[in-house]
Amino acid sequence: MLADKDRIFTNLYGLHDWGLEGARKRGCWLDTKSFIDKGRDWLVNEIKASGLRGRGGAGFPTGLKWSFMPKVVGERPHYLVVNADESEPGTCKDREIMRHDPHLLVEGCLIAGAAMACNVGYIYVRGEFIREREHLQAAIDQAYEARLIGKNNIHGWDFDLYVAHGAGAYICGEETALLESLEGKKGQPRMKPPFPANVGLYGAPSTINNVESIAVCGTILRRGATWFNSIGRPNNVGTKLFCISGHVNKPCNVEEEMGITFRELIEKHCGGVRGGWDNLLAVIPGGASVPCVPAIQIIDSPMDFDSLRNLKSGLGTAAVIVKDKSTDMIRAIARLAQFYKHESCGQCTPCREGTGWMWRVLTRMADGRAEKREIDMLLEVTYQIEGHTICALGDAAAWPVQGLIRHFRHVIEERIDQYSHNADHEGSLARVAAE
Amino acid sequence: MPTIKIDGVEIEIENGTTLLQACEQSGAEVPRFCFHERLSIAGNCRMCLVEVKGTPKPQASCAMSVNDLRPGPNGELPEVFTRTPQVKKAREGVMEFLLINHPLDCPICDQGGECDLQDQAMAYGKSYNRFVENKRAIEDKYLGPLVKTEMTRCIQCTRCVRFTTEVGGVEELGATGRGEDMEITTYLDKAMTSELQGNVIDLCPVGALTSAPYEFKARPWELRKTDTIDAMDAVGSNIRVDARGSEVMRILPRTHEDVNEEWISDKTRFVWDGLKSQRLDRPYIRELGKLRAASWSEAFARIVQRVKAAKPERMGVILGDLVGAEEAFSWKQLATSLGIKSIDCRQDGTPLGEQGGRAGYLFNSSIAGIEEADAIMLIGTNPRLEAPVLNARIRKRILKGGCIIGVIGEKADLTYKYHYMGTGAESLATLAEHAPAKAQKPMFIIGQGALARSDGAAILALAAKAAAAIGVVKENWNGFNILHTASGRVGALDVCALPGEGGKSTRGILAAAKKGDLDVLFLGGADEINTNEFATTFVVYVGTHGDAGAHRADVILPAAAYTEKSVTYVNTEGRAQMTTRAAFPPGEAREDWAILRALSEALGVTQAWNSLEELRQAMYAIAPQLAALDQLFPADAAALSELGRGEGKTSSAAFISPVKDFYMTNPIARASRTMAECSAVKNASKLQAAE
Repeated sequence: MLADKDRIFTNLYGLHDWGLEGARKRGCWLDTKSFIDKGRDWLVNEIKASGLRGRGGAGFPTGLKWSFMPKVVGERPHYLVVNADESEPGTCKDREIMRHDPHLLVEGCLIAGAAMACNVGYIYVRGEFIREREHLQAAIDQAYEARLIGKNNIHGWDFDLYVAHGAGAYICGEETALLESLEGKKGQPRMKPPFPANVGLYGAPSTINNVESIAVCGTILRRGATWFNSIGRPNNVGTKLFCISGHVNKPCNVEEEMGITFRELIEKHCGGVRGGWDNLLAVIPGGASVPCVPAIQIIDSPMDFDSLRNLKSGLGTAAVIVKDKSTDMIRAIARLAQFYKHESCGQCTPCREGTGWMWRVLTRMADGRAEKREIDMLLEVTYQIEGHTICALGDAAAWPVQGLIRHFRHVIEERIDQYSHNADHEGSLARVAAE
Repeated sequence: MPTIKIDGVEIEIENGTTLLQACEQSGAEVPRFCFHERLSIAGNCRMCLVEVKGTPKPQASCAMSVNDLRPGPNGELPEVFTRTPQVKKAREGVMEFLLINHPLDCPICDQGGECDLQDQAMAYGKSYNRFVENKRAIEDKYLGPLVKTEMTRCIQCTRCVRFTTEVGGVEELGATGRGEDMEITTYLDKAMTSELQGNVIDLCPVGALTSAPYEFKARPWELRKTDTIDAMDAVGSNIRVDARGSEVMRILPRTHEDVNEEWISDKTRFVWDGLKSQRLDRPYIRELGKLRAASWSEAFARIVQRVKAAKPERMGVILGDLVGAEEAFSWKQLATSLGIKSIDCRQDGTPLGEQGGRAGYLFNSSIAGIEEADAIMLIGTNPRLEAPVLNARIRKRILKGGCIIGVIGEKADLTYKYHYMGTGAESLATLAEHAPAKAQKPMFIIGQGALARSDGAAILALAAKAAAAIGVVKENWNGFNILHTASGRVGALDVCALPGEGGKSTRGILAAAKKGDLDVLFLGGADEINTNEFATTFVVYVGTHGDAGAHRADVILPAAAYTEKSVTYVNTEGRAQMTTRAAFPPGEAREDWAILRALSEALGVTQAWNSLEELRQAMYAIAPQLAALDQLFPADAAALSELGRGEGKTSSAAFISPVKDFYMTNPIARASRTMAECSAVKNASKLQAAE
């Protein structure tokens, strides 16, 4: 369990002042100049050494990502873009950072900007986040006023920071769709390559990072890469914000060390599973887009990238959705399928057509109005989507369905049997459906 | 030049080629819907997925450059596979997705038989259907009188959106909605305004956008396809005319990189219904003020009687816009043998062809040369209306960057931004005192709007002076360009269908007719002249449609339209191209050369040829360049200095493009119902805009 002294987000619950004064009291903006003075390479190497992996879901090493930016600024400027379009169902960590600790993010932006030779940064905030945007903007204004950022600031690295807000489209959280949206176009993912580090925002080299990945940078540098690296398990280090929702006694957001076991996480912070551990059915450990894991597999599993991948799921955004035995798993996943159908941008074929198909089949399956051979068909459809799309939304839509079929095929079959059983002698299901 | 291996075959590929094109080059077929060579890459249909060694996921080959491929760990060549089980599965999957919401209404779809989706479903799809849900239906959109929509069939490839935005230059099509609710629409339910919109019909890989006038008319396999040349403007677009029996059913573009790439204008594409209405299908003679049908011999007898009675000085010939080179040559020969000196092929009254040699009336830089230009000056022309396909080329050049463009003349929406330099001759005069341009390949495009006026010669001289001052003509670069609007004009100029010594030009002939100084006037398809003012002149009209010329005519000899005969059209850049007969002329109508040959015999000045081939041989003797089809012969630029020496007063009137209504520029278009509808829609939207 994470000791209080090792917490990065010390105002996660908004109990203290979120403004500049309060942030300074908590250590933010301390020594920032000394890191920046050490230069680009040192910053990148330090983040590399800390072992920080991107907190947006994919877990790509942040330092490595930073190092992809061109070494020399060419004709076009470099841009830092922070992805605050937090829309993954179950995830609510970035909004807490922006609401309660915005200065950590602002400071992180400056550091990341210096590390990648960006003089301009954009924070793309989800459209629905109104208060978050206000706090963030206020924090940026405070930082400008205190000459912490901006032209000729006290840190010696010119850096302008702008807040842009989206219109609430899930797809705009995909990094290239975010860039399109930021440029004022329809939010549709771009093809890669070219990668944003070469051709990104306005055609200039850009790096897109999650809010949490950026917000932890200041503290990592202050306390040293080795400190961060010492927390957690190898290759899955540091602290992480977990957003626990669903059938636990006390749903909450909490900062914990990577690799904490599921049991400990729930016991310590959430007051246990509703109805006790025996009542646990399954867990979606990383936000809506990762496959669910049945209770027996997850209870004592460490919560980190690699362990969960071994369970054929993923840590994702660490939005842990706990489901007890009252859950109708088919309906739950059908609801997620509806979400992906609604949020698919419609650009490329497999996702546009496949998400709707999956949702319709799942909706029937939730009632039992299906045939057993359709289960395999549905699974095949998910594989036809996965890996064939421009962006990862297709994968994200396919995985929950795959998880459902992998672990709960018997439930679907029972439901179908039940439905047929209820049919009358002539085999007509119409009356049942009407009821 | 990277070397890669495609399906085990090593091949060297040019830099920047997409993987899809590389596969094609190596002989591997890759299905696609959204990819199109001339449009930006969307990569959204996912049909072109291939396997790239070392990547876990199949890659969209249209969006990947061969330069993006990385060699293997031991420096092996990058490898691409197009026939593996993974690729087959990926294609089958994508095809299934494309078909689940497609209505599969091929039996009632106009695209049937030439549908990419149909063909590729046969080749790459599965033979069964697993989708049992309700299919999606989408409301049809109104795109105007030319493009019919059946949006339920749409597969959202966005080719049409990219075409209208990128090539057409009008941002009128787009996609609204998300996911499976995404729809292609004009947003406001308004007709598209592009003169190139018909091309979206060809681009659409399914039957979502089809030709409205061709709706339910024919099936592609019933049509006889004839490769020929368009005559609607002076670009000389390469077209294919599809006919059933003697009826032209539709017109499609053919690819010619140097002329029309693969686009054609809406007039070219949709004018075909004009070939069927208002046709002159038998000779007529005027008796007691009324036209009555007559036999050929009657008509000839009437002409002979009047010609014999008239002196050659009191006779004239005016040739129209659609006259082929052979016909112009034949007219010239007939006129000469009758002693007529007043013959003119420039019914709009320009001074072209009188001075400056061939360079003085050609688009010297060639149409493809536009892409090399780095500064373009449009003088008295609105290329969007006069030559839409050429305008698309200018737009393409400007989008590429590094080219400035100015306009003297009308302020019009040309689909690109330009510097507006003034309205008329005065602005042109300032250019004549301009310092030499810094541009390497500057270009003038001089339209008929600047030349078809009484001070045309002076303006042409002024333009030549300005061209010399700016340095438009250099070694290996002749940027002095005349943009013609008539398909037949350059060919007629090439065979010298111009007034002989002491002969009158169009303006003189018309003035003489008005005064009553003209006894006989032959009109070779000339309809864009004021025929109401002829006093007592006996008018012989040889042409295809009951238009202005026929209304005033005393004798009408029915001729063949451009799809019904083989003639040479020389386009504005001097490229000779020959049409092929796609259908027969209606009724008793005959090909023009045969009419003139018969008439010459009746007049006692029998022409020396008995076949079109013999006529051509005679023509090639004076204009040998016409024998070399589809070739360009740079004209002697030195002759241009002759133009600049011309003197004369210029009027201050603004240059006005001769094309006021794009859809109504010639007798065939004026007879077309489709064109009339387009014109009405355009005028209505203009009125609305004015309000």
